Amino acid sequence: MLLIHCPYCEEERPELEFRHAGEAHIARPENIAEISDEAFQRYFFIRANPKGVTFERWRHIHGCGRFFNAARDTVSDRFLMTYKAGEPKPDLGEAGGNQ
Amino acid sequence: MTQPFRLPTAGRLDAAGTVSFIFDGKPHTGLAGDTLASALLANGVHLVGRSFKYHRPRGILSAGAEEPNALVGIHRDPARKTPNVRATVQELYDGLAAVSQNRWPSLAFDVGALNDLGAPFFSAGFYYKTFMWPRAAWERLYEPVIRRAAGLGTAPDQPDPDRYSNRFAHCDVLVVGGGAAGLAAALAASEAGARVILADEQAEPGGSLRFEAGAVIDGMPGWEWAQRTAAQLAARDNVRLLTRTTGFGYYAQNMLGLVERLTDHLAAPHPEAPRERLWQVRAKRVVLATGAIERHMVFPDNDRPGIMLASAARTYLNHFGVAVGRRVAVYTADDSAYAAAIDLKKKGVEIAALVDLRPAPQGAHVEEARGLGIEVLAGHAVTGTEGRLRVRRIDVAPVNGGAPRQIEVDALVTSSGWTPAVHLFSQSRGKLAFNEATQRFLPGQYVQDAVSVGAGNGTTGLGEAVAEALQAGEKAAKEAGVSKARAKVPNLEAGSTERWSSGMAGAAPGAEAGKKAMAFVDFQNDVTAKDIRQAVQEGMRSIEHVKRFTTTGMATDQGKTSNLHALTIASEMLGKPIPEVGLTTFRPPYTPVTFGALVGHGRGALFEPTRRTPIHTWAEAHGAVFEDVGQWKRAWYFPSGGEDMHAAVARECRTVRQSAGIFDASTLGKIEVVGPDAARFMELMYTNPWQKLAVGRCRYGIMLREDGFIYDDGVVGRLAEDRFHVTTTTGGAPRVLHHMEDYLQTEFPDLKVWLTSTSEQWATIAVQGPKSRDIVAPLVEDIDLSDEAMPHMSVREGRVCGVPARLFRISFTGERGFEINVPADYGLSVWEAVWAEGGKHGACAYGTETMHVLRAEKGFIIVGQDTDGTVTPDDAGLGWAIGRKKKDFVGIRGLKRPDLTAPGRRQLVGLKTSDPKTVLEEGAQIVADPNQPVPMKMIGFVTSSYWSENCGRSIALALVENGSHRMGERLHVPMPDGAVEVEVVPTVFFDEKGERTNG
Repeated sequence: MLLIHCPYCEEERPELEFRHAGEAHIARPENIAEISDEAFQRYFFIRANPKGVTFERWRHIHGCGRFFNAARDTVSDRFLMTYKAGEPKPDLGEAGGNQ
Repeated sequence: MTQPFRLPTAGRLDAAGTVSFIFDGKPHTGLAGDTLASALLANGVHLVGRSFKYHRPRGILSAGAEEPNALVGIHRDPARKTPNVRATVQELYDGLAAVSQNRWPSLAFDVGALNDLGAPFFSAGFYYKTFMWPRAAWERLYEPVIRRAAGLGTAPDQPDPDRYSNRFAHCDVLVVGGGAAGLAAALAASEAGARVILADEQAEPGGSLRFEAGAVIDGMPGWEWAQRTAAQLAARDNVRLLTRTTGFGYYAQNMLGLVERLTDHLAAPHPEAPRERLWQVRAKRVVLATGAIERHMVFPDNDRPGIMLASAARTYLNHFGVAVGRRVAVYTADDSAYAAAIDLKKKGVEIAALVDLRPAPQGAHVEEARGLGIEVLAGHAVTGTEGRLRVRRIDVAPVNGGAPRQIEVDALVTSSGWTPAVHLFSQSRGKLAFNEATQRFLPGQYVQDAVSVGAGNGTTGLGEAVAEALQAGEKAAKEAGVSKARAKVPNLEAGSTERWSSGMAGAAPGAEAGKKAMAFVDFQNDVTAKDIRQAVQEGMRSIEHVKRFTTTGMATDQGKTSNLHALTIASEMLGKPIPEVGLTTFRPPYTPVTFGALVGHGRGALFEPTRRTPIHTWAEAHGAVFEDVGQWKRAWYFPSGGEDMHAAVARECRTVRQSAGIFDASTLGKIEVVGPDAARFMELMYTNPWQKLAVGRCRYGIMLREDGFIYDDGVVGRLAEDRFHVTTTTGGAPRVLHHMEDYLQTEFPDLKVWLTSTSEQWATIAVQGPKSRDIVAPLVEDIDLSDEAMPHMSVREGRVCGVPARLFRISFTGERGFEINVPADYGLSVWEAVWAEGGKHGACAYGTETMHVLRAEKGFIIVGQDTDGTVTPDDAGLGWAIGRKKKDFVGIRGLKRPDLTAPGRRQLVGLKTSDPKTVLEEGAQIVADPNQPVPMKMIGFVTSSYWSENCGRSIALALVENGSHRMGERLHVPMPDGAVEVEVVPTVFFDEKGERTNG
């Protein structure tokens, strides 16, 4: 079981308290009703699913209830960092490379 | 004479502690402290089982957890029959009853042993190649027969009556393994002030000190030091010593799974005591002191009872005081087996010969053996054995040619060297490195905060292992952030003449390529050296393929004694060095773990929570039959006077439409949406327009996912400009709230809205039927219930029975109806008051079945029953609920996708069977032509189907391709006893004009 640092509670809590919520930094288009099929496909269906560092959303559902973002390495299953929703995608430098 | 092989001058058990036990119906005695294996050996019993595939007689190979052969059933009582227990780890208790496995009719005479005669045909891949045709015979004939003939113990046939417990624990340093190294590491770490957990699989820690006669630590015999140290550690406040506890899994972020066996060693366990306890330990640092496992020699017929590991023979002698034979031979390619010969000889056991594959073994142990008069046959090999149920003769020949010699024996102990137990290290995702010099895999690169010490780390001498462990323990404490000023690192002098060296791996003479010999590599799965070579010859190149083709290492022992042999033979055949061939993956668990331990308390009534409404006790007292809806118990129907379900539901359905019915709707999901931007938020979450919904009015809302499919529905009441009372489906409440929170927090964070789940705060009592207003009116204060003041689809706040209430005028039946929401604590008393009023008007209580029938008569959908995640509002006939002028809502773009707007989609329709008495089966498929060949083209399926008492016929809802354009068409529902003809009709079966909501 992983330990996940909730950036709102500011502590590590067991994975059981959290729920995964898909890829992060995919903003819902402001003019969503008007976008093309291709744009909708990119927004709704297409996901990166990288081997290595992935940016994803989590929710501390059995805790504070907040959604936040995390950078996790899908190879080692290690969390590199977590940060609040709305904060920019962090530059992880070396760690963000293709490991 | 009892226990003829127990030596009075050897071992540590108390000769007075006699214990009785039964093996295969025959009574025996042993001593307290014995394992089942040591007690059997004390009685001269070597034959304990039949092998998996060839049914060959098998004995006891080891004295520990790695045992592949001595698997027995332990039958404590009719419900407690544990199969495949390793006799080498089962502690003896008075009255223990064990049975051998995989034999019929008896262990000594086993019909299945015919397989052994057919062994040339049963080579690797036999099943894959032979049982190919005819295809259907696999399921009906081959598999059942093979399953009966092969396999191990029989699974218990009753539910497990035992309790299992589990605990979470945190510590600075977790030490796995309580041998010399583990104890030393725990000593140093705890001395430094760290919170330490030390887990050891044995009843008493000590590891190899159990058999190593010559070990001295801190000036005392090794075993004595181990017991003193264990007692010392157990007495420390910062140490938790767990014995009979196996570290079986190493998971992410230094979490380890340990299983502690609490009662399997007791004659009469307390009935309330848990049998096992699962520990999930999160450790800042982990010290792996898991030791090494001895390997057998691979030579022809190396599997007869009486052939065992050298360290096992020493354990039985030095700890249990049991001689494994009276005339014992030793076969080795390694130094450590000499100690077995020496120990046995010193206790008066005759050593028939010490056969050493090496041409010129040298050293103190060789001299000592010779000095004791043991015949050392250097440069010799054991090339065969005889003895049907126990080894009685061995063939010994010089390695480089020469006359073979036959030696009479009653036991043969072998050792080809030691394999470091790197299982947990490997599970931690650490990378193993092959050490060329010693030809073994050792911990290489660590990826978690762990360190290996002792024999498991390839440290082969006792003195070095203890020194290494002391340092590692102290360092682990430091790294865990424990800083105790001037902690005294214990200084232990430790020494032994022995080394756990790597020896040789692979096939010995007589089992080389080209030989037909049965030289076993993996005893538990009956895999020989020849099978592994054959796998390579047949094209298996990867060790993972060799493993799967031969099943080597795939038994419950996971190849603890065999994997390195198999790998070596495969690499020779492939002509590649071992590291290039690579190891197979180590996976948890290290040793078998019971399902009970993993499940813990979470079964039966405790499997998941049971949710009951405030009115549950009333329904129970009134004879309700309940159904499970998610975690909820809901009243399904209320039979009275001996009614069956059909009669009860028919009566309830009639009564609601004739007078009234009362229904517990408390399980409805409820979410309070509050804030200045509440209406804007609702506009985004639901397809409907909300801005113009007047305060005090309700609207049926549809929620979509972004892809345009229906996600949930429910009636929403506007209590104030900034306050909505949202209801969801019973099962949907948590995911709807999650969905709303997701958008509110991450897409629309600027909206000033707050969401609160109120599902369990409100009890909801539905009163439906023409008499509903008459029933409710006397209980309601300060709310005008007239149609003018409170029309259909409105909501008022006031008091019911003197309790604050939200009163909805809504209907899920098509009748005039009310839903009374009161705080849950008042739910039962308000329900009783409503029930009393209802009695005056002939009302009944009704359950979920009647609720379903009545809503289906009106064509009201249930999300998840009449929709399946691919249904749009238009498909469900709910296009009117979409705010066409709205610029945005979740799903607005998804609805415009070409496939969602295409004609001919599956649409919700009503079905009437041509024979009104036939009730369709929900889920049944629909076709246009019942006479087309199978497989037929299905054009839809039945989603809801009931007998409608009010319509006097069956009714059904269905999703049918292009259904809304098929009104009046005849379609067919193929069933096992013939197709049922149906007519496509509108979804409303009763009161088509909807006049009764005001009736």
